[in-house]
Amino acid sequence: MIEFSLAGLRRALDGGEISSRELTEACLRRIEERNPALNAFVTLCGESALKEASRADSGKAADGPLAGIPIAHKDIFCTRGVRTTAGSRILDNFVPPYDATVVERLAQAGTFLIGKTNMDEFAMGSSSETSYYGPVLNPWDLSRSPGGSSGGSAAAVAAGLVPAATGTDTGGSVRQPAALCGITGFRPSYGRVSRYGMIAFASSLDQAGSLTRTAEDAALLLDSMAGHDPRDSTCAQRPGERYSAALSPMSARALEGVRIGVVKEFMGEGLDPRCRQVFSDNMATLRGLGAAVSEVSLPRLPLSVAVYYVVAPAECSSNLARFDGVRFGLRESGADSLEALYTQSRGAGFGEEVRRRILVGGWVLSKGYFDAYYLKAQRARRLLANDFARAFESVDMLAGPTTPAPAFAVGEKINDPIQMYLNDVYTIGAALAGLPCISVPAGSVDGLPVGLQLMGRPFAEAEVLRCAHAYQLETNWHRLWPPGTTAPFDAG
Amino acid sequence: MNLEAVIGLEIHVQLATRSKMFSGAPTVFGAAPNTQACLVDLGFPGTLPVANREAVAMAARFGLATGGRVAEHSVFARKNYFYPDLPKGYQISQYELPIVSGGAVEVAVPGHAPRTIELTRAHLEEDAGKSLHDALPNATGVDLNRAGAPLLEIVTEPQLHSPEEAGACMRSIHQMVTWIGISDGAMQEGSMRCDANISLRKRGDPNLGTRTEIKNLNSFRFVERALRCEIRRQGEVLRGGGAVAQETRLYDSRMDATRPMRDKEEANDYRYFPDPDLPPLVLESGFVEELRHTLPELPGARQDRFEADYGLSAEDARRLCESRATADYFEAAGRACGDMVLAARWVTGDLAAALNRDALDIGASRVGAGELGALLARLREGVLSGKLGKEVFQAMWSGEGGADDIIAARGLKQISDTSTLEGIVDDILASHSDQVSQYREGNTRVFGFFVGQVMRATKGRANPAIVNELLRERL
Repeated sequence: MIEFSLAGLRRALDGGEISSRELTEACLRRIEERNPALNAFVTLCGESALKEASRADSGKAADGPLAGIPIAHKDIFCTRGVRTTAGSRILDNFVPPYDATVVERLAQAGTFLIGKTNMDEFAMGSSSETSYYGPVLNPWDLSRSPGGSSGGSAAAVAAGLVPAATGTDTGGSVRQPAALCGITGFRPSYGRVSRYGMIAFASSLDQAGSLTRTAEDAALLLDSMAGHDPRDSTCAQRPGERYSAALSPMSARALEGVRIGVVKEFMGEGLDPRCRQVFSDNMATLRGLGAAVSEVSLPRLPLSVAVYYVVAPAECSSNLARFDGVRFGLRESGADSLEALYTQSRGAGFGEEVRRRILVGGWVLSKGYFDAYYLKAQRARRLLANDFARAFESVDMLAGPTTPAPAFAVGEKINDPIQMYLNDVYTIGAALAGLPCISVPAGSVDGLPVGLQLMGRPFAEAEVLRCAHAYQLETNWHRLWPPGTTAPFDAG
Repeated sequence: MNLEAVIGLEIHVQLATRSKMFSGAPTVFGAAPNTQACLVDLGFPGTLPVANREAVAMAARFGLATGGRVAEHSVFARKNYFYPDLPKGYQISQYELPIVSGGAVEVAVPGHAPRTIELTRAHLEEDAGKSLHDALPNATGVDLNRAGAPLLEIVTEPQLHSPEEAGACMRSIHQMVTWIGISDGAMQEGSMRCDANISLRKRGDPNLGTRTEIKNLNSFRFVERALRCEIRRQGEVLRGGGAVAQETRLYDSRMDATRPMRDKEEANDYRYFPDPDLPPLVLESGFVEELRHTLPELPGARQDRFEADYGLSAEDARRLCESRATADYFEAAGRACGDMVLAARWVTGDLAAALNRDALDIGASRVGAGELGALLARLREGVLSGKLGKEVFQAMWSGEGGADDIIAARGLKQISDTSTLEGIVDDILASHSDQVSQYREGNTRVFGFFVGQVMRATKGRANPAIVNELLRERL
């Protein structure tokens, strides 16, 4: 049997059980069947993917560790010659002349692009509903949201359209959709992976991550993605590690000596009681693996949503100023002045949520409000990071649920921004502190997946992945497929 | 009403780096539009800035050279506004924490004692592109060659009190940035531009009046002319009992007047905040110390040394230190001939006049320092008279060769052989007996007449000292 994971496909390709072309054709068939309902892709590259697959099969392609495996990139990563929209009308016609560093490095590892995945516009959203290309739906229940903003990547991996996809996480945009779609979502430390070529939302928070079926697959992708990039000044000056090699050997008591802190502030009001139960089962599993589980407090954590919704809009208001209709992207015709060109192009090009955040961001940076909002938020962000640092003096890893509840219905929160923002309450803290963190499938509520989140010290990617991998060796939640979905290659 | 002007300058100096402030694109002046811009300069989605180390080192050199504090920790900030020649919708600059604080420059207006003008700060930033309003029919073009070019913005304290002082201050900063090699100082290419803040107040009033800012003055002359106009305009407003409006103005050189900028050219809230794409700029103290050791002898110190060691006048020393190239030229020529005073006279005299006539920088001089030195050596040795020296210099300037070649080819070598000259002197005295009698009767002024006759007979080649001696003996 061929396991539809990067590790499984590597074995199957190496053992000659399938060819890259067969794998790519299987993915494209599935995309054809399922994508019309899921809307996980903005752009498909079937023809070029098949060409790449044939090249891999004939040994003409680069022979990297992921050679012959098709993957999807979130439509926020620039891909040379392939339209890159960031889910926005304003970039509907934008074809980048260069590859993002992440895209380049994963291509060097041997992967090739099968398509660009749908997302909340400019990654601003938690439901993949703010996309100009329509909402993405959750393969576990088509009336529900897959989460966001990397909802297209999450849905595509969850439904077996691709074995793995990239995502970006600014406040939870990888972990939350992974949790709601029953897959593994990994966000490395801020600075671990280059942001070059990733269309910026909030520069001090944006981080490239992955949506995969397992933590092992996340490690395989990170092996290639991580490392310094001289084109990104915020990228850490430290070489990447062999993360996948650090996953083995793994004994039955793999977490012996690992101290895990349950974040007290996550466990209060707002957490669905059924999710609370799932989480307490998760802790029992980790204890069974040898981990010492205790409770820790991050007193400033309740400030994180407020801090985030000052810092992120401030940065976005400036980052999105370049979309002005002058050099690329949408340009409304008929403007009779420069100001009209700006207001008409930006008014027609940006959706409501993006406009809202630009306005909020402009406001908090403006004269007379800067100190009260932006500066205060930066101070609070530092205090919050200190809370995390203090917690890591007594524990090695922090744990909590990834979301307060399983997937919500499409349309349920889209008209209530505050409710939507609160869905990220458990993921924003680690993003503000720049920590490596992962969400793994950890249970089921009403037939919907929920996630367990693990957060590590800065640049402790290997520890986080190892802990998640140990958990997955012990559990089967990550092996479940949505109702009506079979594992590719399973039926034969 | 006795009014006093209070002027402060913001001077933008383009740094002479090989690549731009935050990208690897080159910074060649005068290239075809948009050929010196890469994806970062075009503000393409996903691109990121990387600070240019060379520019950072140059800014730090300026701080060290002017006695300012070079910050161990400074911060790049975004200045947000929309304009088509600003591709990202913000300019990366430094705001609250600049790389250089404080410092001072010496400002000398000819005929006045030099004054020390304090500097507020100097910070790094990127330039914007250029809007081309006349390049296309019915459309405005944008040339982004200059977008991202590295600038050092130098801000002076409001301590200048006349247009002449402001012009001299700009010259002094021009001298310094070219002296320490951080800018080519090419004014005609826009390598140095100035915004001037100006207000008037009653003389003796400690409070400042309302100021206006005159933007984008790109020559020393325009700074002075624009300030003269603006002082006149503000003076008329105040004397008429009106109030000066705080505003930004432009200088129209054709009309020789300033006018307010249109509202749209001026944004009022730039929403500055630290650029999250660029970590704080941290300079290790070792790096700054190393830079300190690479600084050349600075203009002030060199001027003092010229006066003390070579016995030059303050004015000559100042002129020779107007640029480092001139000072280097002078010292090389002086060493070559062994007479610093003579070299100073020639460099500030005939050489300066020739350079000026042909509009050349001293670096492009048609006569090199060594060559001039060789000519001056012949003058010192008495091989050549001063008058013929000028002739030889002009011949050298026209490319006829070195001093000795020209002296030989033209037969200009001075006649110092006493017996030859004796014959000539005797002939002249014999054929001018009237003048001889006049002299002997006490009219000593005719002495010059005899010298002139000898020179005429020798085509100016006679050694004047020997001629004088021979004439005196005989008369």
